[in-house]
Amino acid sequence: MTTLNIEPNLAMPDDFYETLIEAHRGLDLAQSQMVNARLVLLLANHIGDLDVLREAMRRARAHIDIPASD
Amino acid sequence: MSTDYQKLALPYAAAPERDRSEVGHRRVIVVGGGPVGLTLAIDLARYGTPVLLLDDDDKLSSGSRAICFAKRTLEIWDRLGCGETITRKGVSWSVGKVFFQDALLYTFDLLPEAGHRRPAFVNLQQYYAEGLLYEHALAQPDLEMRWKHKVVGVEATPECVAVTVETPDGAYRLRCDYLVACDGSRSPVRGMLGLETRGQVFRDRFLIADVKMSADLPTERRFWFDPPFHRGGSALMHRQPDDVWRIDFQLGWDADPVAERQPERVVPRVRAMLGEDVPFELVWCSVYTFACMRMAHFRHGRILFAGDSAHGVSPFGARGANSGVQDADNLAWKLHYVLSGKAPDRLLDTYGTERERAADENIMHSTRSTDFLTPKSEMSRIFRDAVLGLARDHPFARRLVNAGRLSTATTLADSPLNTPDAERFAGAMVPGAAAADAPIVVDDRDEWLLNRIGERFVAMHFADASDGGASTRAFASAFASAFAGDPARPGRSSVDAMRVEPLLVVAAGVGPPTATGLPLAVDAQRMLSARYDAKPGTTYLFRPDQHVCARWRAFDADGLRRAVARATCNG
Repeated sequence: MTTLNIEPNLAMPDDFYETLIEAHRGLDLAQSQMVNARLVLLLANHIGDLDVLREAMRRARAHIDIPASD
Repeated sequence: MSTDYQKLALPYAAAPERDRSEVGHRRVIVVGGGPVGLTLAIDLARYGTPVLLLDDDDKLSSGSRAICFAKRTLEIWDRLGCGETITRKGVSWSVGKVFFQDALLYTFDLLPEAGHRRPAFVNLQQYYAEGLLYEHALAQPDLEMRWKHKVVGVEATPECVAVTVETPDGAYRLRCDYLVACDGSRSPVRGMLGLETRGQVFRDRFLIADVKMSADLPTERRFWFDPPFHRGGSALMHRQPDDVWRIDFQLGWDADPVAERQPERVVPRVRAMLGEDVPFELVWCSVYTFACMRMAHFRHGRILFAGDSAHGVSPFGARGANSGVQDADNLAWKLHYVLSGKAPDRLLDTYGTERERAADENIMHSTRSTDFLTPKSEMSRIFRDAVLGLARDHPFARRLVNAGRLSTATTLADSPLNTPDAERFAGAMVPGAAAADAPIVVDDRDEWLLNRIGERFVAMHFADASDGGASTRAFASAFASAFAGDPARPGRSSVDAMRVEPLLVVAAGVGPPTATGLPLAVDAQRMLSARYDAKPGTTYLFRPDQHVCARWRAFDADGLRRAVARATCNG
């Protein structure tokens, strides 16, 4: 079974990060949210393995608490 | 035939019991004369189990309501002998189209292969389905129907169920061995017993407008997200018989349900969709909300729940009436086996376990569709719109678009009645699956597999081409003594004692291995062996409801005996 790779895997991390920020340049928050959502879907399909995706979602959400309702 | 099923008044008669001090006793009482209750009552009567159907009204469905009847439902009605009439009255379809804004996103075909007697769906107004079932019910000698007989009291004891019935001529009492509540989502029987159904109510409202018009549109399911004629919402269109079209508009939670069903509101919506110059007549309107819920248990001693009384789903997968008819299909043979002493009472427990799992599956699909149609959070809406935005140019995203996953037969995969596979098989016909249909030839005539199985256990054996196969010899000898004389009147043998009927399948151009006298089917188009991943010697065991419950690569009389015992809780 494939597991989520959390070791460095990007050959050029700074280039990647710059490209990611660039992908959102000039967009308002709503547009950026749409870009991010599409990005998640495209990458998820590329990865394909639901176990890997579940693990990524679990890690993405870790330590983010549900706000107390008022 | 020109019966106006919407105006049909079902005959009321006063109960003979009301003048008697003695309380009458019935084997089975079915409460509710909708599609599920009628199907169950007909099924029981065909098994020779006397059944009384009680309904509080004397009318069929008011409005078209459920309109999409799935292939499996039609196959069940075929088994009952009324599938052809219902299919012929309905409009058959298999293709759906999904649009986003002003463009077609994709087309899907629910039945892309040939070799099935029935289409993926027929569309038919519920009152026609009920009317045709009702007429078929009239022809069953063991079925009595009483209209305007309202069940107002239900009391269960370990020995029987006591029922109080109210009629225009006063109340009377009955007792029965088993009572089945097919009395709809607001089930009065459920209420009388103080039982609950639980789940999730969706915060959205939908408008149904049935319009009559002559339109030259293809017979297909059309679904729109955010179309130009109904911005921000979804819309659905279905063809029905009599030039009636079902149009469904998503209105949102804040819509006023009373105002929205007024013609002055509805007509402009329909006109925006169809165009200014298309004449139409509004036939029926309804604004609805829906919930996905089910009872924790469908069996409560001698009382069983089937259809909407037991479980509810959103309408977008056509899983309401269709799953209810599958409930009836599952329950009828079990009640018959228990009441005729062929199986212990605990066989009825498996109605609950099998159909509760099926309801969970239907609720899961229905909830997923609803979450796509009515996103519950801002982020959920963003992802939904992202999927739709990608779908036009990205094939993968089309698979994520969920405008309803349409009803198919539930595979009862984990049922205790199944004998797990001991050998390797490919394909969908796993233990628990509803039998796939296939064309066969019987006595030089074209036939369908599903016409040859059901209402009893059937062992289907794929013969060796030669006489040399030990498996086929064993199959033939196990059944040959029973079928040596008149094949229609089998005598007794060890296998016959289990009431299993054989079906020997041979490939095209190959004669039967020996003159066995067994019922024979020719797999002329090789579709049967392909759909069942069959090799010479492969043997399938079908339950009376046509579900697979065991299979082997070679016939094994002891294995068959154990599998039948297991499937009837006689193990």
